Amino acid sequence: MNATSNVFNQRIEWDRPDRGRVAMFGLIAAESAIFTIFVVAYLFYVGKSLTGPIPKDVLSVPIFYTICLLSSSLTIHLAAKSLRRGSVRSFEILWLATIALGAAFLYGTASEWHRLIYQEGLTISTNLFGTTYYSLVGLHGFHVVVGLAALSIVMVFTLRGNVGAMHTERVDVLSLYWHFVDTVWIVVFTVVYVIGR
Amino acid sequence: MSTESIAWPSTEAESRSFVDQIHEWVATVDHKRLGILYIVYALLFLLIGGVEAIVIRIQLIRPHNNFVSPQVFNRMFTMHGTTMIFFVIMPVLFGFANYLIPLMIGARDMAFPRLNAFSFWMMAFGGLLLYFSLVGANGLYGAGNAPDVGWFAYAPLTSQTFSLGHSTDFWTLALLVSGFGSIGTAINIIATVLCMRCPGMTLAKMPLFAWLNLVMAGLVILCVSPLTAAQIMLLVDRYLGGHFFDTQAGGSAVIWMHFFWIFGHPEVYVLVLPAFAFASEIIPVFSRKPIFGYAVMVGATVAIGFISMSVWAHHMFTVGMSANANTFFVLSTMAIAVPTGIKIFNWLATMWGGKIEFKTPMLFCIAFLFQFLLAGLTGVMLSVAPFNWQLGNSYFVVAHFHYVIVGGILFCLFGAFYYWFPKMSGKMYSETLGRLHFWLFFIGFHLTFDFMHIPGLLGMPRRIYTYEPGRGWDTWNFIVTVGVFFQAIAILVFLGNLLWSYYRGQTAGNDPWDAWTLEWSTNSPPPAYNFSTTPTVRSRRPLWDLKHPDDPDWNYE
Repeated sequence: MNATSNVFNQRIEWDRPDRGRVAMFGLIAAESAIFTIFVVAYLFYVGKSLTGPIPKDVLSVPIFYTICLLSSSLTIHLAAKSLRRGSVRSFEILWLATIALGAAFLYGTASEWHRLIYQEGLTISTNLFGTTYYSLVGLHGFHVVVGLAALSIVMVFTLRGNVGAMHTERVDVLSLYWHFVDTVWIVVFTVVYVIGR
Repeated sequence: MSTESIAWPSTEAESRSFVDQIHEWVATVDHKRLGILYIVYALLFLLIGGVEAIVIRIQLIRPHNNFVSPQVFNRMFTMHGTTMIFFVIMPVLFGFANYLIPLMIGARDMAFPRLNAFSFWMMAFGGLLLYFSLVGANGLYGAGNAPDVGWFAYAPLTSQTFSLGHSTDFWTLALLVSGFGSIGTAINIIATVLCMRCPGMTLAKMPLFAWLNLVMAGLVILCVSPLTAAQIMLLVDRYLGGHFFDTQAGGSAVIWMHFFWIFGHPEVYVLVLPAFAFASEIIPVFSRKPIFGYAVMVGATVAIGFISMSVWAHHMFTVGMSANANTFFVLSTMAIAVPTGIKIFNWLATMWGGKIEFKTPMLFCIAFLFQFLLAGLTGVMLSVAPFNWQLGNSYFVVAHFHYVIVGGILFCLFGAFYYWFPKMSGKMYSETLGRLHFWLFFIGFHLTFDFMHIPGLLGMPRRIYTYEPGRGWDTWNFIVTVGVFFQAIAILVFLGNLLWSYYRGQTAGNDPWDAWTLEWSTNSPPPAYNFSTTPTVRSRRPLWDLKHPDDPDWNYE
């Protein structure tokens, strides 16, 4: 079997994609499909509520908090870049800034919901607008929460001194998710506050 | 050579206590053990779903039968459909994919072993949740204790008004939970196929099995996610008072149909692509020829993947869509028959001129070819909207999709069971019992599902719990029910064969079929580490190259 073992044991050039990135793109595809269904439902039901309140009367455009969330994409990108360079210190600061911006966005959503529920009397069961609005924005908010949890875990590891340049690829994979959450917000923002209002 | 195994202490099972062994199975992240868990789990649910089918058929054996009440009948067809799709075929296919893909591509394990275990247990608990409804769903006002809304659960049947108690909640939660498991497995399969291939195995040298499962996993991601979204909406409606499917508040019942079938039709291809994958491995080996038209097979698979995302509303012709929508879905549905037809011709061309060995796996695959062709032909008939208006929701439809799922998918699955049983257990199955299983099941299948078309053509609607005598349906229903018992006995023969062969069967050896893919190069059953050294491949049939160094495949590819 000498000749044959050569077939199995020869050395050749071999390069394959990173499994973390591939899996994250798979997850993003699945999440996109879920969001697509919610967006379609939102658009389908725009203007079909039988009772008020209607979007035009109660929704105010959250421009400041949108800027917060979108700029967190920039900070996480810069954070990953500094980690690749090996400067953990600036990674730490930029990562913390990302978490702060994400948290600010969540605060914005929370205060808007508080106003809608207690001042405008709009709940998830009030009318179709309430049902679709809270589900779509809530689904996105849930993804922000999950993202913040993941970012915070990395932050804890960083503060304990366990994160270095060798973790760049993992941080990259996580930042892919965060970019996705931001991109979805652009879609949700357009659908809810531009088209649907 | 690379295939010799070294001593591996944890594979010696005798010395450990029963509790330790159970613990090893529960806590395992090994792709082979998880694969076996998936398969055994699916076989248990096959028995349950089979009993439900038998109850349905006994009730319909003659007019005005009183075997079960109408309420129980509704629960039976709902549970039968849900169980068979989500907790039998999905897990058994994932089981084979889990077990075989790493072995076929020369990998140590799946890309994410713990995600793999997580996905299995999500699916397992999803199934338990569905059946927990039998004890947990008793609601107020005499509400039923098992889901009874049909497997596609059209609104407004699922609203609080019409579905009292918690049976629908168990149904929706079971599908939600197992859906998370499916998406996890799909991501895992994609990452495994793309990132774990052994050196030299380019995409064009992968076994078709890996290719078809890759496309299947992509479809799972794109089709199970919408179902997950729709189930979340249903939960919002039922628990939080939402109005997604509440027509009283301006919601739409039709949008549920769209969302469900956006899942539901690609799901058929999720189920059938792995069946094609089995056929594409088994037919060449038992025809002693390499697969005909490898590149075209891959292309046809990808084409099926794309087209299957655009055919869902052919389930909804009778709902009343616009003429443009009808035309689009008629044409796209007819179009998908083209790549499927290409595949059938390729399998036939593989057999053509081959030295065919009629072993049990091959018998099942040959029957699959002809039955799947017929299933496809009734599918093309149903894709014609006017024909569909006549026969939508009749027993013709029931016969059609059972022809696909039983005559196509299940036959391939049985072939796969016999083909890979020697690899998984290390023992050879009994060929006599295998043939007995084949012929009993073949006869039972044709008695049941050939004759089921006829009452459909005569106007018998699906999901009725009984019918009036004298409509010309009586004899056909009797024959259909008789066929079920042949199938039930065949399933028992099959399970008996697996058990008997596992304990008493002859040792199979590493490569009983003289096959060509990498899983046959390692031990039977494979050691925990799969391959003692990572293999390197240069063609689509690495074992052919190994066995015929003077005439290797890479000279011709």
